[in-house]
Amino acid sequence: MSADQASTLSLYVHVPFCSSRCGYCDFNTYTATELGNEVRRDSFHEVLAAEVRIAAEQLSTSQQVSTVFVGGGTPTLLGSHGLNYVLQEIKDSFGLVAGAEVTTEANPDSVDQQMLEELRAGGFTRMSLGMQSSAPRVLQVLERTHTPGASVQAARWAVEAGFEHVNLDLIYGTPGETDDDLKASVDTALSAGIDHLSAYALIVEDGTALSRRIARGELPAPDDDVCADRYELIDQQMNAAGMPWYEVSNWARPGGECQHNLAYWRSQHWWGVGPGAHSHIDGRRWWNVKHPAPYAERVRAHEAPIADAEQLTADDLRTEQVMLGLRLAEGMSAQSFDDVLLDDLLRRGLIDQSARADSRVQLTLAGRLLADAVVRELLPS
Amino acid sequence: MPGPQPGSTDPTVIRNFCIIAHIDHGKSTLADRMLQVTGVVDDRSMRAQYLDRMDIERERGITIKSQAVRLPYKADDGVEYVLNMIDTPGHVDFTYEVSRSLAACEGAILLVDAAQGIEAQTLANLYLALENDLVIVPVLNKIDLPAAQPEKYAAELSRIIGCDPDDILLTSAKSGLGVREVLERVVETIPGPTGDADAPARAIIFDSVYDTYRGVVTYVRVVDGRIGTRDKVSMMSTGAVHELLEVGVISPEPVVSKGLGVGEVGYLITGVKDVRQSRVGDTVTTAQKGATESLGGYRDPKPMVYSGLYPIDGSDYPLLRDALDKLKLNDAALIYEPETSLALGFGFRCGFLGLLHMEIVRERLEREANLDLISTAPNVIYRLVRDDGTEFVVTNPSEFPEQKIAHIFEPIVKATVILPSEFVGTVMELCQQRRGMMLGMDYLSEDRVELRYTLPMAEIVFDFFDALKSKTKGYASLDYELSGEQDADLVKVDILLHGEAVDAFSSIVHRDKAMSYGTMMTSKLKDLIPRQQFEVPIQAAIGSRVITRETIRAIRKDVLAKCYGGDISRKRKLLEKQKEGKKRMKMVGRVEVPQEAFIAALSTGDETSKK
Repeated sequence: MSADQASTLSLYVHVPFCSSRCGYCDFNTYTATELGNEVRRDSFHEVLAAEVRIAAEQLSTSQQVSTVFVGGGTPTLLGSHGLNYVLQEIKDSFGLVAGAEVTTEANPDSVDQQMLEELRAGGFTRMSLGMQSSAPRVLQVLERTHTPGASVQAARWAVEAGFEHVNLDLIYGTPGETDDDLKASVDTALSAGIDHLSAYALIVEDGTALSRRIARGELPAPDDDVCADRYELIDQQMNAAGMPWYEVSNWARPGGECQHNLAYWRSQHWWGVGPGAHSHIDGRRWWNVKHPAPYAERVRAHEAPIADAEQLTADDLRTEQVMLGLRLAEGMSAQSFDDVLLDDLLRRGLIDQSARADSRVQLTLAGRLLADAVVRELLPS
Repeated sequence: MPGPQPGSTDPTVIRNFCIIAHIDHGKSTLADRMLQVTGVVDDRSMRAQYLDRMDIERERGITIKSQAVRLPYKADDGVEYVLNMIDTPGHVDFTYEVSRSLAACEGAILLVDAAQGIEAQTLANLYLALENDLVIVPVLNKIDLPAAQPEKYAAELSRIIGCDPDDILLTSAKSGLGVREVLERVVETIPGPTGDADAPARAIIFDSVYDTYRGVVTYVRVVDGRIGTRDKVSMMSTGAVHELLEVGVISPEPVVSKGLGVGEVGYLITGVKDVRQSRVGDTVTTAQKGATESLGGYRDPKPMVYSGLYPIDGSDYPLLRDALDKLKLNDAALIYEPETSLALGFGFRCGFLGLLHMEIVRERLEREANLDLISTAPNVIYRLVRDDGTEFVVTNPSEFPEQKIAHIFEPIVKATVILPSEFVGTVMELCQQRRGMMLGMDYLSEDRVELRYTLPMAEIVFDFFDALKSKTKGYASLDYELSGEQDADLVKVDILLHGEAVDAFSSIVHRDKAMSYGTMMTSKLKDLIPRQQFEVPIQAAIGSRVITRETIRAIRKDVLAKCYGGDISRKRKLLEKQKEGKKRMKMVGRVEVPQEAFIAALSTGDETSKK
């Protein structure tokens, strides 16, 4: 834990656009049809840049930004020009620390070699691509528009374009996916030359097309036991590839860990720019208005587009630190936990023996799958 | 007020009668019309179901507590009569109360829906009235309904009562059609009461109601002599003597009088606070120069069905206790004692007259004390005989012995089902499944049948009525009366969770049904209990012998994968909600069971018996 060290500052930038809505997705993103004429996509990078300026004014800090992460939505819909424009504003308003990690997410459909080169030249260092699966039938259930080959191709281009780190995202446990599909997906991802893999169990969110299809009985619900099996398969393959876990859903070559995500798990400070983006600075959390239209209006009026905020109590902070910190392979110091509870977790094989001997709490493979239960047990009622 | 005054009414102008009817056949509406026709309630102050006091009665359309109303009526013969309409409860659980109401009357209006015909409970009460030598005034109601078949049901009624179909009156209580004719018939055919005005006072208590302000209000019918305001009264079953604070009649609001004479119906207020001190069926006499012989027919109410009542929120236990103490003041049949359940915490073991009584008590507790309650599966009373001939009574599965017992006797009932003939096959099958023995079958009309069975009461208590209704599209009606007991091969089935018996789920069942009960409960619990971090066997067992088993596999995944774009608050709130949910879990051994799982598992047959 780095709670006693000085906090770093990160910036998250949310791009709320997609060319189509995937059936499982409940993120704050909109298609052109959904937005209508209210919001102009082609000048949205200017709105985002304007919020960066507001952020810099309000923070009035000399602290430079350690990590930038542009997520969505589909950030690449802003084009390399738009993304570089926002990044330039961050450099101008805050400055980047030497070796800062600058990531953008991308949809394999919406990037080409030229765009990747331009983004690399503009200062992006890390590329995160949504692959989800290499099985066409799984992509079809997820209503992803890209072909299985497109993500691997895009990842290879990113490596060629000189990105320091390249990530692929997988989703496992989709109805209809087999163990072999999953193994093939991991193998295919690894063959692209990536140094980081994120893998998320499919969550059926309320209000999505997927949840309606399951409710109607058109698809079976994802099975927790199957998800557990798949998780173990992924972990096995990633270990064999020399990319061990560093967070419950993330695996990387040592040195390839996503610094931006680590900042979240380590309860660092960040400012979230864009509609619905969340921020956390000095024990205060706030989040922006969700819809791009009122968001843009507020920013243009030079107001902070905040929807609501909460001040974290000491108990809240402790809860979050445990909830987030235990998800990391680096774990947490054992000192702040009750020994009786830890011994019980150890006996049940949920925390690691040697880490415990070292006075640290680190989840085992079984423990990672039950991480939320472990957190509930360790936090006082 | 012109006409006969309370306390000095000539018995020859008094007509004491009740209305025998099935729910929904229009009894309350007919009573409303009579209030209007006789003019005791003017049209402006009329409200529907005027006489039904409690909200619960008005909402469910059933009358729980009878009442008596005095109606002055100037008949076509020019005589000013006094009609005392004694309202009766219409359900099998309250047969005893019905019989006491009937004992206070000389006649009864038999009210039957002209679209549905007579129902089983009405038939049973009619027989009760005939046994008491009451004059019957048969009425077919709702004749203006499109589905009404007055000829058919008049024929049916005439066959049952043995009268001329033409003597059956036709009414629409809703519109008021024929109501005056009914009153005329009452006056003509029902005799006035006879009694000895000079004999020591004797009055039968046919109802006893607790009122928050007045204490217990006792409804009586004077048989002999006179009860005056200056008398002290004595309850003949106990000899207890009470001051009389007030005497009066209900017309339809209380009217204080100087006394009640032969044949009169009215109320007494003595200041007692508990209906147990003024019990239905008891005889009231004067403390001085009182009668030495009671009117007879009194008996203590005996619970037939037992169930555990628990507050869903354990901290409501004191509220439940207070609510029961209060309800007891108004319900002489309710008994209860504290009970502790592993699964449900602190509650009460309660005894009821029957299922409807149980439901009414539960509903009143929930409504009047604003409580959320869960009840365990109801059971009947068993008499167990040991090898040495000594015996004991079991009212709770937990008292059922683990070791073998020489004899177990279970109560049986004589049940009457009236149903359309097309369903006879399915209903016979149902009765067969419920260990029934057929006693007989009669056609009431060409397409309506009366089936008579002996059935174990335990089988009726379970969900017999629901099954009967669903198998007959709601057309069947049921009545039953206790008819002794039988030696039966009964066992206690325990439900074990990870090796621990869950008391609330233990049940006494016939050996042949142990497996199906066990399978039903274990499979239900398997779906209701969340997976734990270890494998949890759910077993049904008779003693130490496991008869069926399900397994809840250990949970392997309890982790939310993603972090919604830095939305940590959402994740923290979810965690807090999960922790909150965990606090409400009950521990059975090491197994965490949500309270809702117990409730859902117990909710079978919960909706039984909306009769």
